Amino acid sequence: MSVLEIRDLHVSVDTEQGAKQILRGVNLTIKQGETHAIMGPNGSGKSTLAYAIAGHPKYHVTSGSIVLDGEDLTAATVDARARAGVFLAMQYPVEIPGVTVTNFLRTAKTAIDGSAPPIRTWVKDVRTSMENLRMDKAFAERNVNEGFSGGEKKRNEILQLELLKPKFAVLDETDSGLDVDALKIVSEGVNRAKENTDLGVLLITHYNRILRYITPDFVHVFVAGQVVESGGPELAVQLENEGYDTYVAASAAAAEAIASAEAADAAAGVVASPAVNA
Amino acid sequence: MGSRSHTDGAWSERPVQTRSERYASANVGDFDEPTGREVDWKLTPIKLVRDLINGELDGSPLESQVAVAQPVDGFSLAWIDRTDERIGSAGLPEDRASANAWSHFDQALAIDITGEEPTGEFIVSRSGLGTVARAAHTVITAAPNSRGILVLENSGDARIAENVEIVVGEGAHVTVVTIQEWNDSAAHLASHFAQVGRDATLRHIVVSLGGGVVRVNPSIHLSSPGSNTEAYGLYFADAGQHLEQQVYIDHEAENSRSRVKYKGALQGEGAHSVWIGDVLIRQSADGTDSYEENRNLVLSEGTRADSIPNLEIETGNILGAGHASSTGRFDDEQLFYLQSRGISEEEARRLVVRGFLAEIIQQIGAPAVEERLTGAVEAELTVTV
Ligand SMILES: Nc1ncnc2c1ncn2[C@@H]1O[C@H](COP(=O)(O)OP(=O)(O)OP(=O)(O)O)[C@@H](O)[C@H]1O
Ligand SMILES: [Mg+2]
Repeated sequence: MSVLEIRDLHVSVDTEQGAKQILRGVNLTIKQGETHAIMGPNGSGKSTLAYAIAGHPKYHVTSGSIVLDGEDLTAATVDARARAGVFLAMQYPVEIPGVTVTNFLRTAKTAIDGSAPPIRTWVKDVRTSMENLRMDKAFAERNVNEGFSGGEKKRNEILQLELLKPKFAVLDETDSGLDVDALKIVSEGVNRAKENTDLGVLLITHYNRILRYITPDFVHVFVAGQVVESGGPELAVQLENEGYDTYVAASAAAAEAIASAEAADAAAGVVASPAVNA
Repeated sequence: MGSRSHTDGAWSERPVQTRSERYASANVGDFDEPTGREVDWKLTPIKLVRDLINGELDGSPLESQVAVAQPVDGFSLAWIDRTDERIGSAGLPEDRASANAWSHFDQALAIDITGEEPTGEFIVSRSGLGTVARAAHTVITAAPNSRGILVLENSGDARIAENVEIVVGEGAHVTVVTIQEWNDSAAHLASHFAQVGRDATLRHIVVSLGGGVVRVNPSIHLSSPGSNTEAYGLYFADAGQHLEQQVYIDHEAENSRSRVKYKGALQGEGAHSVWIGDVLIRQSADGTDSYEENRNLVLSEGTRADSIPNLEIETGNILGAGHASSTGRFDDEQLFYLQSRGISEEEARRLVVRGFLAEIIQQIGAPAVEERLTGAVEAELTVTV
């Protein structure tokens, strides 16, 4: 059975003012077939976690590791991670001028499988998946994401998820900006992938509504670059009703305690760890 | 330095005169030496080509430098005298480099297209022109109802100013492709003049990949009713290269149709492309249908793409007229997106550039040439700065 492990992950991002620490020790273990939802306030680092897993070059792992089936991917290239079975459905999918959806999908499939897909079944698979996601045939000949509406971009992400058949998918706010019908269609796509390939899912969201379609096994609360609480689906309901206030307050109090302990340490001549210092 | 793109409409860079009033003469003495501020020179690095614009040019015929890949039925080639009546039948110079070439050439290369059945492409190659500043003149004549694909290939060293005349007879349907794959230090200033006959079609394709300064300016006159042109262009400018094209479509006759589409990629410090698209729809050109478009793909920092469409419409009675221009970047986020789908960095760049430019290459209609150019474009990608 496949397992994706995030171990004590610390990540900083390059900014104009220098490196900024965002993830402060994330631990998560996702098994094949499991769905983990991550909920947390804006700016808490959810997308950073998603990008770090996928290997975005702007995000630097300062300590900790990302391990897939015992293989350490922390230093692997972006494309190597994808070929190992990690998929990221992006919060803001990028437009690729000059590359049609058809061409892109075939190239990606060939790269992931190591050989070109058999033409006849492939064309049929693409057509079926597009129909399932209610994407008009015309999208196949359009440039990737170019001029797509927000919702169309999200469908295109799930189309790739269905066709590339990864082991694990990180869905970064795939539900945001979708109308009720689209939400249902996209959720069905994710559920098909779960059913067909026993996909493990890390689903980042702000809303409980998608969790009514894609049932999570675990819900994690994410605040200030850390998982601060984990539970079952009932936790999502509680978060939606009560918000993150209590968690944010607790996290701030903890950070303050650390800071003052550090100040005391510094006065006593102890060097603070850079991760906390940043 | 970042990448720059400039798109001006006719309203912001209004030429002093409309295109129809631009001065034309075959005599170099009739033109002042350009200062670099003129509307048709201001984007050209004239310092690098002053010899071609103002200097003496060697006008001897390039008999040993011009070669035909293989004879093709329906095509013939000959050197003709400057007094031959075909010379001057398609147009006259509108700038000093063009007039300088016209004033200096001894003999012209005449290429006739007479076949009425489609055949293989006729390939005329020029190379080994050396570094002496030269003048050349070519006259392409497509007989009424003829069919054919003519490919002009250029490689090696060169410093050349030239004129290419294209006369397309009634009902003819021909493709003229000019491919510039010069050495990095080469300079090439070309003016093409075309007259398209009644119900005839000229497909004109400019492919510029190699050369230091390459400027190919086609002026296509749709002078007979029902005349039609499709003008395509593809360029790949890398570090230090200047690739320019000023396209002029002159709708003179009624029911004439034009489509212009130029696409370019830029990569490397100092890569510079210029596309100016002038379309004039004269009062006499009722029923005109016209569209022009320029797309640039920027692959790195430090490049500059100038893209300037100008549309002048003198009659209200047209089918359609439009233009589009855009300059898009291939950036790190695109690379990340493609790589996150398992595609390697090298493959990702190839995918984007090939996809972007394939649309133009496919217009040539000669599979062997298309395949070779696809390879040449991909080779451009591996040129690192
Ligand atoms: N490339 C970057 N440059 C500068 N700051 C960044 C960058 N990426 C992320 N950050 C900062 O890191 C923090 C976490 O951002 P991230 O996008 O991970 O949050 P998020 O939890 O996904 O938020 P949201 O719910 O709004 O999507 C924010 O303060 C953000 O401004
Ligand atoms: Mg986010």
